[in-house]
Amino acid sequence: MTNAWTDIKNTDLVIVMGGNAAEAHPCGFKWVTEAKATRGARLIVVDPRFTRTASVADYYAPIRPGTDIAFLMGVIRWCIENDKVQWDYVRHYTNAAFLVKEGYGWSEGLFNGYDADKRAYDMSDWEYQIGDDGFALVDPTLQDPRCVWNLLKAHVDVYTPEFVERVTGTPRDRFLHICEAIGECSAPDKVMTSMYALGWTQHAKGAQNIRGMAMLQLILGNIGMRGGGVNALRGHSNIQGLTDLGLMSNLIPGYLSIPRDSEVDFKTYMSTKGNAPLRPGQTSYWQNYRKFMVSFQKAMWGDAATAGNDWAYHYLPKLDVPTYDILRMFDMMARGEVNLYFCQGFNPMLSFPNRAKVTRALSRLKLLVVMDPLQTETAAFWQDHGIYNDVDPASIQTEVIELPTTCFAEDEGATINSGRWLQWHWAGATPPGQARPDTWIMGNLFQRLRELYRTEGGVFPDPIVNLSWDYKDPHEPSAEELAKEMNGRALADLYDPKDPGKLLVPAGAQLSGFGLLRDDGTTMSGCWIFTGSWTQDGNMMARRDNSDPGDAGTFPNWSFSWPANRRILYNRASADLSGKPWDPDRKLIEWDGQQWTGYDVPDIAVTARPEEVMPFIMTNEGTGRLFVRKLMVDGPFPTHMEPFESPVANPLNPKLLGNPAARIFEEDLKQLGTSDAFPFVATSYRLTEHFHFWTKHNRINAALQPEFFVEISEELAAEKGIARGGRVRVWSNRGEVWAKAVVTKRIRPLTCDGKTVHIVGIPLHWGFTGAARKGFGPNSLTPFVGDANIQTPEFKAFLVNIEPAEGEAVS
Amino acid sequence: MNIDLSRRGFLKLAGAGVAATSLGAMGFGEAEAAEQAHVRAFKLASTTETRNICTYCSVACGIIMYSKGDLKAGEKAELIHIEGDADHPTNRGTLCPKGSALKDFVRSETRATKPRYRAPGASDWQDISWDEAFDKIARAIKDDRDANFIEKNAEGQTVNRWTTAGFLAASGSTNETAWATYKVVRSLGIVGFDNQARV
Ligand code: SF4
Repeated sequence: MTNAWTDIKNTDLVIVMGGNAAEAHPCGFKWVTEAKATRGARLIVVDPRFTRTASVADYYAPIRPGTDIAFLMGVIRWCIENDKVQWDYVRHYTNAAFLVKEGYGWSEGLFNGYDADKRAYDMSDWEYQIGDDGFALVDPTLQDPRCVWNLLKAHVDVYTPEFVERVTGTPRDRFLHICEAIGECSAPDKVMTSMYALGWTQHAKGAQNIRGMAMLQLILGNIGMRGGGVNALRGHSNIQGLTDLGLMSNLIPGYLSIPRDSEVDFKTYMSTKGNAPLRPGQTSYWQNYRKFMVSFQKAMWGDAATAGNDWAYHYLPKLDVPTYDILRMFDMMARGEVNLYFCQGFNPMLSFPNRAKVTRALSRLKLLVVMDPLQTETAAFWQDHGIYNDVDPASIQTEVIELPTTCFAEDEGATINSGRWLQWHWAGATPPGQARPDTWIMGNLFQRLRELYRTEGGVFPDPIVNLSWDYKDPHEPSAEELAKEMNGRALADLYDPKDPGKLLVPAGAQLSGFGLLRDDGTTMSGCWIFTGSWTQDGNMMARRDNSDPGDAGTFPNWSFSWPANRRILYNRASADLSGKPWDPDRKLIEWDGQQWTGYDVPDIAVTARPEEVMPFIMTNEGTGRLFVRKLMVDGPFPTHMEPFESPVANPLNPKLLGNPAARIFEEDLKQLGTSDAFPFVATSYRLTEHFHFWTKHNRINAALQPEFFVEISEELAAEKGIARGGRVRVWSNRGEVWAKAVVTKRIRPLTCDGKTVHIVGIPLHWGFTGAARKGFGPNSLTPFVGDANIQTPEFKAFLVNIEPAEGEAVS
Repeated sequence: MNIDLSRRGFLKLAGAGVAATSLGAMGFGEAEAAEQAHVRAFKLASTTETRNICTYCSVACGIIMYSKGDLKAGEKAELIHIEGDADHPTNRGTLCPKGSALKDFVRSETRATKPRYRAPGASDWQDISWDEAFDKIARAIKDDRDANFIEKNAEGQTVNRWTTAGFLAASGSTNETAWATYKVVRSLGIVGFDNQARV
């Protein structure tokens, strides 16, 4: 989230699209209720199902799964056509005025430079025209046909209300009504917020869905505002933290990147970071990348990382492909190229697509190690559970070790909420049986391993034997030690670069902010964006002052928010060019003639002069990006793409398959189904009574929602002869499930491109372990393909068929 | 501001107050004293309170856990109740149907409680000690890494990666667990590394 849960009370309009907050994030959704009750805010829901969020909305519109880009581009087109644009914001705070290279273009659903064999674009023309001074050319009058604004206008031209209706199935009058409500928020004193979740990410073009909304929010001037922003409602309690800490194939903590093969030394690696400002005087904060990176290497390898060895650059693995993401790893595994696999609190058997392939892949491992507080399906993937897990144990040679871990009640540390608050918690219960903390498990394992490398030698032992591990008890690093290490400390006395006599931080002291980090090895920090979370003053994440100055919803002294305890990202953009708040009632920060002050930590240097330094300090432009250059592999603007499995062809170009720039493996391409055999669109979702595959282990939750079901419309039930509460079989080209049928008015058939499109809703909470009845999940059916940029699997739009099955109807 | 009064003290007072007033109001006279002697200490008044955060979704509601026994004092602590933290700015004491049943998760009958091992082709688990488990895993890591670690690619560039092993981390775990995990996994050269954020 750019903003915080508590900030939602400041909004005028909530648009929930690609999420179902009332159900999946109930206590956060209460802030929507608060905004409705106290400010008269309106709530609009756009979703294939009439969800529980929709049931309390002021206005609802249905949409066909996987067509959000068409909807959003249609809204942008409508706003431009009807002059619902926050012009001052767009002119100064976005890249609308930047001139783009002549080569860039779009036609028939594709951008220039497409190579169908590689399923990839040559992106070199998706860049600005650069002047002799090295800066991007701009036309502040927005007249030049090559300026981003005019290219955007041309790009969205095709998304007329008629086109939107044809593609999305959203009735035109409903679409237009929503456009009008959204358009009102282009006024500087009206603000809309976007709340989305996996309904937007789990598509082969998920990142482009979100970009669509980010662009709309820039056009309306709602980024950086109280009550505004683009708000990802994250799933797990610490999914934000694990992302921030870069526990992903291609990441280093704090959004730094794992090097590629071609980056043969640290100098080459740094040269590819390209962080020079594209306009004069702009912050382009990533210019400090080297400081964060060297401090990270020092946190990892201490004295073994020196200027002489490129800060131990080669201790890091290098990537020959963009990512070894889960899809790639399980594809390799299925082909016998992976021998060892670890699942720490992760249940891929139920959460990765094409379960049959997942089972096949796990069966080819030599050793699977599962660490979990619960007995998961993954740990037991080799067990025969009849139709619920139809395997022959004798034929599976994988060794499995299941290690019991503690859960939240039994451990200490911080988790990061969706609004980036690092909140500390304490242990209050003794773990059951022999369960132990993950830190103890990793500590013990590492001690064993290091010992083996020390005594036996082995291949490239350096990063292992030199890993910084000077914890009081090396078998169990404490939460405090680890948190302090992530925050970072001075390794030598740090003097003020502008006043060399002035000691800023003595050696050994915890750092108070990432501005103190150095690239000469005199500082260390495991994750630069967490610097300030555990300072000389103690644990900032444990702060519990719940006062809220100005009733702004920022709660600045409650826990710690990254970065730098800032509560609303891009908050400089909440004020106009001269530094006055766009809306005095929504003041966050303002320029007092000397500096920035207000209710939040300014997202800009405190003395940066307002007319000179633009608000988006992390970008090279200093502005938000309507045109994203070559930073996304599937296009600088979002363009409508059909799901990989779709009931209709892409009207922009019927030859295109799914996202034309998304990777799909040979075997999985062959397993895609077509609408003649699989005529119905399926989508996955969650229920408020359950959390993923955890709560089916709880008696109460298992009693509240005991049994797997699928949801279909009355029309589809009639067409297929399915009884209310009857048993059905649902199958895709990859697998089949049996479920109880919930026949409902909450899902209605849509008309798209002249065809009736039926939707099947499939919740995801059942498996074969725990207290609930055995059941299935959508992953038995879903295709093995992910988003072009980040490989999040396409769970939200795929094709199935359905028929009545043997078994009694229970309603 | 936070509620100053210790919750435990507050409950003691409240418990006694309820007993006194309701009985007194009904005019049972001496029965009142006898009955009061019978009122058991309110269930939560003798517990240890610990602040925590709901482990499910990223709303991250504040919770208070009530345990019999004080973990900090080195005692065995048994969790008996969880409720919303009224001081928390996000949830202000409320919990959803998931958070309200958190205790059931902690005390679920299908928690993993001991290390277990499944042999190739076996249809059942067998017990294994932590020591045996660690020895087995460390050995498997070392042998596979030594056999399959790639130091240089075909062009002779230093790549130092290990692709025959992979690791999934947990986005339900703390930052501190994640950081300890990150250090170990990356030091081995593992690139097949992800968490639920990928899905
Ligand atoms: S109580 Fe409900 S809303 Fe609050 S964090 Fe837990 S799951 Fe989320």
